Amino acid sequence: MLLTLTGISKSFGAVQALRDVDLAVAAGEVHAVLGENGAGKSTLMHIADGLLPPDTGTVAVDGRPVRFRSARDARGHGIGMVHQHSTAVPAFSVMENIALAAGWAVAPTRLRRRVEALTERLALPLDPSLPASTLSVSLKQRLEIIKALAAEARVLLLDEPTAVLAPAESEELFRFVRRFTQGGGGVALITHKLEEALAVADRITVLRRGAVVLSSPRSEVTAEGLTTAMIGGSLVVAPPAVPLRDGPVLVQCEGLEVRGDGGRGLRQASCTIRGGELVAVAGVEGNGQRELLRAVAGLTRPFRGLLEVARPVAFVPEDRTTEGLIPSMTLTENVVLGVGRAASWVTGRGVRRVDWSAARQRTAELADRFDVRSDGTEATAGSLSGGNQQKLLVARALERRPRVLVAENPTRGLDLQATAEVHGRLHAAAAAGAAVLVYSNDLDEVLVLGDRVLVAAGGVITEAPAGIDRVRLGAMILGQGGPDAE
Amino acid sequence: MRSNLRALGIGAAALLIGLFLLAVGLELAGYDAGAALAALWDGAFGSWRAFTGATLVRAVPLILIGLGFALALRGGALNIGAEGQFYAGAIAAAWVGVHAGGWPAWVALPAVALAGLAAGALWMLLPVILKLRFGVLEVITTLLLNFVAEALVSFMVQGPMQEPSGIYPQSAPIVEAARLPFLFGSRLHAGFVVALLVALALAWVFARTWWGFRLRALGEGPRAAEVSGRVRAGRMLAVALLWSGALAGLAGAFEVSGVSYALYQNLSPGYGFTAIGVALLARLRPSAIVLTGVVFAALEAGAGAMQRDAGIPAVAVYVVEGVVILVLLLGDAAARRQASRRAVPVVDGSP
Repeated sequence: MLLTLTGISKSFGAVQALRDVDLAVAAGEVHAVLGENGAGKSTLMHIADGLLPPDTGTVAVDGRPVRFRSARDARGHGIGMVHQHSTAVPAFSVMENIALAAGWAVAPTRLRRRVEALTERLALPLDPSLPASTLSVSLKQRLEIIKALAAEARVLLLDEPTAVLAPAESEELFRFVRRFTQGGGGVALITHKLEEALAVADRITVLRRGAVVLSSPRSEVTAEGLTTAMIGGSLVVAPPAVPLRDGPVLVQCEGLEVRGDGGRGLRQASCTIRGGELVAVAGVEGNGQRELLRAVAGLTRPFRGLLEVARPVAFVPEDRTTEGLIPSMTLTENVVLGVGRAASWVTGRGVRRVDWSAARQRTAELADRFDVRSDGTEATAGSLSGGNQQKLLVARALERRPRVLVAENPTRGLDLQATAEVHGRLHAAAAAGAAVLVYSNDLDEVLVLGDRVLVAAGGVITEAPAGIDRVRLGAMILGQGGPDAE
Repeated sequence: MRSNLRALGIGAAALLIGLFLLAVGLELAGYDAGAALAALWDGAFGSWRAFTGATLVRAVPLILIGLGFALALRGGALNIGAEGQFYAGAIAAAWVGVHAGGWPAWVALPAVALAGLAAGALWMLLPVILKLRFGVLEVITTLLLNFVAEALVSFMVQGPMQEPSGIYPQSAPIVEAARLPFLFGSRLHAGFVVALLVALALAWVFARTWWGFRLRALGEGPRAAEVSGRVRAGRMLAVALLWSGALAGLAGAFEVSGVSYALYQNLSPGYGFTAIGVALLARLRPSAIVLTGVVFAALEAGAGAMQRDAGIPAVAVYVVEGVVILVLLLGDAAARRQASRRAVPVVDGSP
């Protein structure tokens, strides 16, 4: 075994994140770790990567027990981690970032040769002199992989690696993963996507509430069995609501242009969304959908064109802890901030006051109804897991009783159960008469969610024909085959 | 409540460490440390007269300026220019006080206070405009305006506002009606009560009002606050900064109408900077600022006595202030470290 974790337990205060967990990564094997939010997947990976010490249990490399004090320690033992989000220094070039991670000397000529040799060996081409800030999301991930492998890693830990990738890019990633394991390496793949685990893993371990509930070779499991193991029951899927086709027009844009932050932005959008409709936007990041959503949400001013949006508008941003919640503030305070002064707990006319006990009570109700698990309403938002943060964000958005609801990647990084719950809430909002506009970089989600599908390609928004399939939609987002695409 | 007691304990320990280091330093330098500390104590707390007339009088500007600093920083803006705003307030208050002949006290006193508030806010206006229009950092502009204000005072007391005989670099004395009444038959002026009321008001604003809540949100999560659509950052910071300047200006006005009765150069022994320490030690909490303000005022009052009675340079006390701040910052860092070790890592977070 390349990497063996035995009897790992870990607590954070009163919360037991991991209970007596075993995980082994063998040479030549992809080991998928599946689990709910807060199941302990990330904590386990952080222990394997030396970012957290376990309370009890041992980590062994090649059968020999080791004690990591840092990620650098782990790297020295041949373990490399690829985080979900880029950890590169944006102002540094590709090779400088690699030198930083691997501790290489930065003399440019030698460094370039060394990096080129590395990328060639890994068959992951990447121009060493490009600044990291100019890389696309998938190239940033490639850089992360190269960084992780720069120090001759034999075990690669991948944390939700396809969350940010288009289908074709995911395929390419998995081709690399297979090459890597064929070369004698071992991979631990954290994912919440069942199909992904079934497609690439040799062995699958399922975590639930911090404990291993299933660990079998791929050949011995079925999708149904995995689902049951993950959520401890069968999946609750909200039945899609019947759209009110003749609802009032709540969002209308015509020849809309919005400047982007550095990118091309939105060049041309014309669309109408009625109350009761759930419209999903498909696209690769940076094709104008972000600008469309933010203009509809009232956060960016259009540059040109007509845009009419009914109020109130609620917005669920993609970045949960920078743009969504304030991690250092309590659940109650975050709810109060999001709902605004129209809330019942904001009283008084001249100097508006906040009735905190009323706000706390309502927050407790919302947390209960939306199944936000926390240490109570006075816990900080930063102490919640990602899925619970997302549920809180959605709860808070709906608390405004919006006529228009806008959400960016609302289930990014969420597990099946949380995803199903969020989908149910979005459908329910539409069923209640709101116009719902959602962007997701997951094509399957777009197809499952949308009553109608819009496509963003090259800054132009077009409508996909009804009943479009995944393959044709995939072609459209890459600017091939759409009616107006270049 | 328990965390408050804990913070109080840490603060007391920091103070003791600071005083201990001062004593060691004085011994090593050949002074009689015992006598020095006794003089320090006597000067600050030795008598009712010393406590009110020396310590609490110095606490008034420290508390007011500290509250203003906290107000701005709660929203994420750093006002390093309280010294300048203090002088702006002092100039305006002295001008009104000198020209208030024949006014009854109930007109003159509010007029002096308002002049101080307005001048302090006015001194903040340029930094606010530069910040909102051109994104110039308020840290730099407010700091630089300190020098301008000091030069302005210097010009005033030797030029337009110089006393009639034209000999001394100071203004004419303000009229009787513009002088703040004393409390408890001591040298402590009524500005102390105002400072306490401002602290209470600010505590209420932070804890209970919608505006105060949004200001805190802006300070703790600027992007989230703006994306929520509830906070217009520029406007909010402008209001917070202007009030911050106004409170420093009020401190300057009280110094003129309660202590000096005329405008002088070097009216402030660095209140504008000491108050930053006062506010930071109190973790920007208004009620705690009252306490830390009195403690720092006691150190400054005691320093004067120490110089007078034990012949030790008053600046030695700055060592204590510095050590107190350092110890508390270290304590904070240690507490944060402990907390982050206990915290649950976010699921999709990178380290």
